[in-house]
Amino acid sequence: MNPADLKEQIEGRWPGKTQVGRDVSSSTTEVTCTRAVLADLCRCIFQHWGFGFAGLIVEEDSNAWQLRYVFYGERDAGWVHIVVSAPVADNVFPSVVEWIHAADWHEREAEDLFGVRFDGHPHLGDFVLHNDAWQEDVQPMRHGFDAQAALRHRLPDADWRPRRIVQEPGAFVMPVGPKFSGVTESVHFLLETVGEDVIRSSTRLFYKWRAIEKLAEGKTVDEVLLLAERFAATTAFAHGLAFCQAVERVSGAELPARARALRVFLAEIERLRQHAGAIQGICESTALVVANSQAGLLEEELLRVSGELSGHRYLFGLLTPGGLLCDLPTNACRIALTQSQDILKRLNELERRLSISSSFLDRIEDVGVVRLSAATDYSLVGPVARASGLVRDLRRAQPYSGYETFDYHVPSEQEGDGYARLRVLFAEARQSVRIIEQATAVLKEGDVCKTVEFRPGAALGWVEAPRGGTFHWVRLDEGGRVARYRVVTPSFINWHSFHLAAEKFAFQDFPIILSTFDLSVAENDR
Amino acid sequence: MSQWVIKGIGTGIKTTAYPRGAERAAGVTPGLPRGGDVGAAAPALVERCLTHALEHTNGVISVDSRRCVHCYRCVRGVGQPLNWEATYEWGSTIATPGLKNELGQPFRRSIHVLVVDAGDCGACLNEVKQLNNPYYNMHRLGFFITPTPRHADVLLVVGPVTDQMRFALRKVHEAMSTPKRVVAVGACALSGGVFAKSFVCSNGVADVLPVDVEVPGHPPPPLAILHGLLVAVGRKQPLPLAAAGYEPT
Ligand code: SF4
Repeated sequence: MNPADLKEQIEGRWPGKTQVGRDVSSSTTEVTCTRAVLADLCRCIFQHWGFGFAGLIVEEDSNAWQLRYVFYGERDAGWVHIVVSAPVADNVFPSVVEWIHAADWHEREAEDLFGVRFDGHPHLGDFVLHNDAWQEDVQPMRHGFDAQAALRHRLPDADWRPRRIVQEPGAFVMPVGPKFSGVTESVHFLLETVGEDVIRSSTRLFYKWRAIEKLAEGKTVDEVLLLAERFAATTAFAHGLAFCQAVERVSGAELPARARALRVFLAEIERLRQHAGAIQGICESTALVVANSQAGLLEEELLRVSGELSGHRYLFGLLTPGGLLCDLPTNACRIALTQSQDILKRLNELERRLSISSSFLDRIEDVGVVRLSAATDYSLVGPVARASGLVRDLRRAQPYSGYETFDYHVPSEQEGDGYARLRVLFAEARQSVRIIEQATAVLKEGDVCKTVEFRPGAALGWVEAPRGGTFHWVRLDEGGRVARYRVVTPSFINWHSFHLAAEKFAFQDFPIILSTFDLSVAENDR
Repeated sequence: MSQWVIKGIGTGIKTTAYPRGAERAAGVTPGLPRGGDVGAAAPALVERCLTHALEHTNGVISVDSRRCVHCYRCVRGVGQPLNWEATYEWGSTIATPGLKNELGQPFRRSIHVLVVDAGDCGACLNEVKQLNNPYYNMHRLGFFITPTPRHADVLLVVGPVTDQMRFALRKVHEAMSTPKRVVAVGACALSGGVFAKSFVCSNGVADVLPVDVEVPGHPPPPLAILHGLLVAVGRKQPLPLAAAGYEPT
């Protein structure tokens, strides 16, 4: 649906209750509406007009709440922001989860951190702030709350019990984590079982919550960039890039051509490395020793490629608003390209070997299935969505940094099982190398950075990170400091749907299902 | 299945020469800033470091590696960059001066390591994970990852220790039998990094547990973590304090 039709439709359906504005430069349609029509409006946009849900942004100014529901479409359809406001004292909003299931965790997070209530949400509380550790009345994201304050925590509640759904005789809950297995991130799983098979599972997250959105408030842009790069550093470049793009959009900055091409180059180097890491994780979870070693070699080699090229194995310290902090010699990029091409050949060989290893296929086919309808309901992103046939890729849908000029395709599969996700990872790695080739070819000599004058205002920055779309909302105040930083990450989005895949399976399949999702706890917890 | 056996053998030995020799491959370490005399440029460089890792007296800069988060502000986009050294033997023992190898001889060639993520960004953990791949192959040195505290001799902690992980971290440490060692890995674990100090984060592991060996870096590369583990069992010398950057060079 194009923006003109959208405006007509909305104004026709809800006359007098909505105001539709359009900002052509950011291809955003902003709809201001009342609480009464919010749910209905969201339903149309999400269910009938086929937009994806990017996230909910809650902002508190001196005396009012502003809730911003962000949707994105393909190309011309652009972005739709639904904005609803209310006085600070009046903090009850209608829940939209009945129509947009993807908003579920957003509402839970907002309720926990801002104390905003969502009327009609079936399950609020005990999400970011674990009830057994936090005093009830703490609302850390409110303006009055001091981020440096020392807090009185409760002792963990020995009587805390997980919610249980399975009621069969002999059913019990198997707790896993937060510390479990070998080298894993901290997260807690509750596996409900009657014996051999797990019937249902749920995940308790946010053990690693570092509250970067709170820490960012009042900091300078450069300080927040450090946070953006470092809260989920396996995809540091993608998150740093999304933050920089938001700041550049607020300030109306144009980038030099070389900076744009180098950003694409580096983003794809990172994708290639992260995908190799994910593939290694899958091989490890299926206990295929040689494949695990082979994938491990490739991942380490790609880390070294990044290290040799940029000095840092995770591409830290390259980004700055306006371009890049330092230039990368074209020759070094060519070397990195040759190395990547060589590594890709071996990655292809690994895929071929895996595809004829029946013991491997037995373990990964038909496990952890996510259907297309569910992927759409949860508005999933990244390889997980594309393996279920939901072909969404921000590089295509809403190009940035010049992606529209590159020739590549967006791989997808239909089955939505573990093997489909693995095939998508391999196929995307090939496309990344294609983009790296083209980015190297278009590198022209020139500046890599322009000075940016920070202006007050707010904007969204988005990037197709290796794990999927990430959305960073940045508001700058008069002094050029960050007033609000909201980060929606692919792991936060995709983790929401993980329980669908982890249902009715044998215990030993759990690590396999988990690894094929390539979820990062750090990225979710922020 | 035979294809994997043949592939495995055909790949040959990839493992690093370290710790017997040096590893010289490109990209194995990001290096660390090294202080030095930069003259009049010193105040400006110190100013650029947002995590306050730099200090200067009379133009001589000293680096607190525990606070360095590899932001490269002191070398990129400046007229006179700070010295940078591509080393990786970073394990040091400042937290417990005069550290003795209390794990003792029997442990030297068989150590079980328990890894706890106390809020890391994923990079430190990913570098720890690399120790298991054939390039580093920590098993050959007698280091094994264990999932259970009862079997663990060394507790390796990454991350600044978030409040919701503090309790689990303490419990894990208590559950380990003595003698035991704590190795804190990464700038976040040593100083809280960019996250400290706040209402949800401490200033690193030392706020919660006694730390024996510190490995700076953001993240430290696998070789630095390996060095830290070797220090913990007394098979490598810790980095001299001055070189770790805690004192002016
Ligand atoms: S690289 Fe380290 S020492 Fe240099 S400015 Fe950044 S944090 Fe400070």
